[in-house]
Amino acid sequence: MTDYGADVGGSGSPFVRKGIVPNLFMWAFLIYFALPLFWLIVASTKTNSSLFSSAGFWFAHPFNLAENIRGVFSYDNGVFTHWLINSAIYAVVSAGGAAVLATLAGYGFARYEFSAKRMLFGTVLCSIMVPATALAVPTYLLFSKIGFVDNPLSVIVPSLVSPFGIYLMRIYAEQAVPQSLIDSARIDGAGELVIFARIASRLLAPAFVTVVLFTLVATWNNYFLPLVMLSNPKYYPLTVGLAQEYSLANAGGGVTLLDTVVIAGSLISIIPLVAAFLLLQRFWQSGLTAGAERY
Amino acid sequence: MTGQVAGKQARRLTRHGKWGYVFVAPFMIMFAAMVLGPLGYAFYLSLFSQHLIGGTVFVGMGNYVDAVTDPAFLSGVARVASFFLIQVPVMLALAVVFALLLDSGRLLAPKFLRLALFVPYAVPSVVAAIMWGSLYSPRIGALGQVLHGIGLPVPGFFTPSGILPSIANIVTWEFTGYNMIIFYAALRALPPELYEAAAIDGAGPLVIALRIKLPRLRPALVLTLIFSVIGSFQLFNEPNVLASAAGPAAISSSWTPNLYAYTLAFSDNQVNYAAAISFLLGFVIFMGTLIVMLVASSVRRRAAA
Repeated sequence: MTDYGADVGGSGSPFVRKGIVPNLFMWAFLIYFALPLFWLIVASTKTNSSLFSSAGFWFAHPFNLAENIRGVFSYDNGVFTHWLINSAIYAVVSAGGAAVLATLAGYGFARYEFSAKRMLFGTVLCSIMVPATALAVPTYLLFSKIGFVDNPLSVIVPSLVSPFGIYLMRIYAEQAVPQSLIDSARIDGAGELVIFARIASRLLAPAFVTVVLFTLVATWNNYFLPLVMLSNPKYYPLTVGLAQEYSLANAGGGVTLLDTVVIAGSLISIIPLVAAFLLLQRFWQSGLTAGAERY
Repeated sequence: MTGQVAGKQARRLTRHGKWGYVFVAPFMIMFAAMVLGPLGYAFYLSLFSQHLIGGTVFVGMGNYVDAVTDPAFLSGVARVASFFLIQVPVMLALAVVFALLLDSGRLLAPKFLRLALFVPYAVPSVVAAIMWGSLYSPRIGALGQVLHGIGLPVPGFFTPSGILPSIANIVTWEFTGYNMIIFYAALRALPPELYEAAAIDGAGPLVIALRIKLPRLRPALVLTLIFSVIGSFQLFNEPNVLASAAGPAAISSSWTPNLYAYTLAFSDNQVNYAAAISFLLGFVIFMGTLIVMLVASSVRRRAAA
């Protein structure tokens, strides 16, 4: 870390010493980025009537958070619980599956020479440019042709394919799994699958977590694919369920008393991922680094 | 001698080559089924048309000819293109400035700032749209309340002309931190000797940031631009969620190409035409990323010359 701030001059408080302008600039933007989340927390503690009558960015009486959370889970016979569990299942299964496929393929591309390698990898790389949502309608059309829509797998199976994960894993495997290590294991008589299972997979573990994390976010936050695939509300993930509640709240113009349900539900829905990001910082930062350095 | 060594190496690599197929096969099979299959099927569907009389008939490129003269599709493409031109420069400029500031060592609590600015990326776009929608809303309207309180006019967030900037703001809020991390990672990867010498020669932090660090962010800029082309042109979630709050006058069912394809497939039952629109949108995005890459490589060549 090269710290130019230390010798920029003068004594006084660290704020002055480091330079007032950049710090003021940055903290002003911090307010902008924190404001909606702060509002969400404040609004989650209000009743439906104080939501409209009190100052938007500050707490009001009565403090209704517990009641609102109860409201979220009791609305429509507790359908929110289904959404929460669905989001978790879709995200965890998709992320785990995508990371396993990406680890195998990334290792294969990094450490083996085969004739179709360039062609296959090139095709996968090109597909990063195919937008996920432009693919969702065609995938739905194909799935409905074979009667494979409106079930959890119709959301999970398309999410197993992560071209960016393959790209990341290949770069990582080229650095993390030395060819000499594989060669000496071969001389010791180890088979290719044993080498992967006993040696390579352990060295690839950090990149595995990175791919899990990114696919987890992509699936937990995915809206278009489940919106297209699912029609039974019991199969909805949080995103589709909340969007529908929000639309009902707007259609009712406040009469439905759904606003607190939507707002507190939104707050609950963002907690797991924000927590995952804070706990697993090392992994997403290294993932983004790999992408930025290589391009 | 060297040729012999290289030949041995090549043999060593190809002898186990068939195992390469074993390792990539599970992914490639899923890839073929979930990416190439739907793309091929969409293209096949797009060559047909449903008629009330005569059922489904082969029309060749007919749907594509219709699409490139369809005002609903064209205005959607024009809208996401202008969205890209308005929103992306603001977002990327902010992300670059934040990354340079974080890297300069002149900020208090840089780790906290880096994390705090990244948090919106972990928020689903649906929830981001609900939060900002509620802030904009004339119903709940905390933003309007504040602006009114300090005597400023309240902009028409949900008016037909105001909705594009309103959504641009949501997307900027969501992705500035993500792009900032990409730029920051690229800056951290630069060898420190690069600017230590300049610092010894008396270059200030601003000169170092602009003359030495900024030019070296070009590869990261290309990457973020490509992600931004893809993100902007397939805009769907935010306008789809906000449509119920802003109303059809502000966000029509063909407001973006993706909204249009969705409406065609699910409300209008025009599956074949929807497939053509999806396919065409993919092509537009592909061309957009190609243009970004071509411009980037020509700039690089000019810089090298």
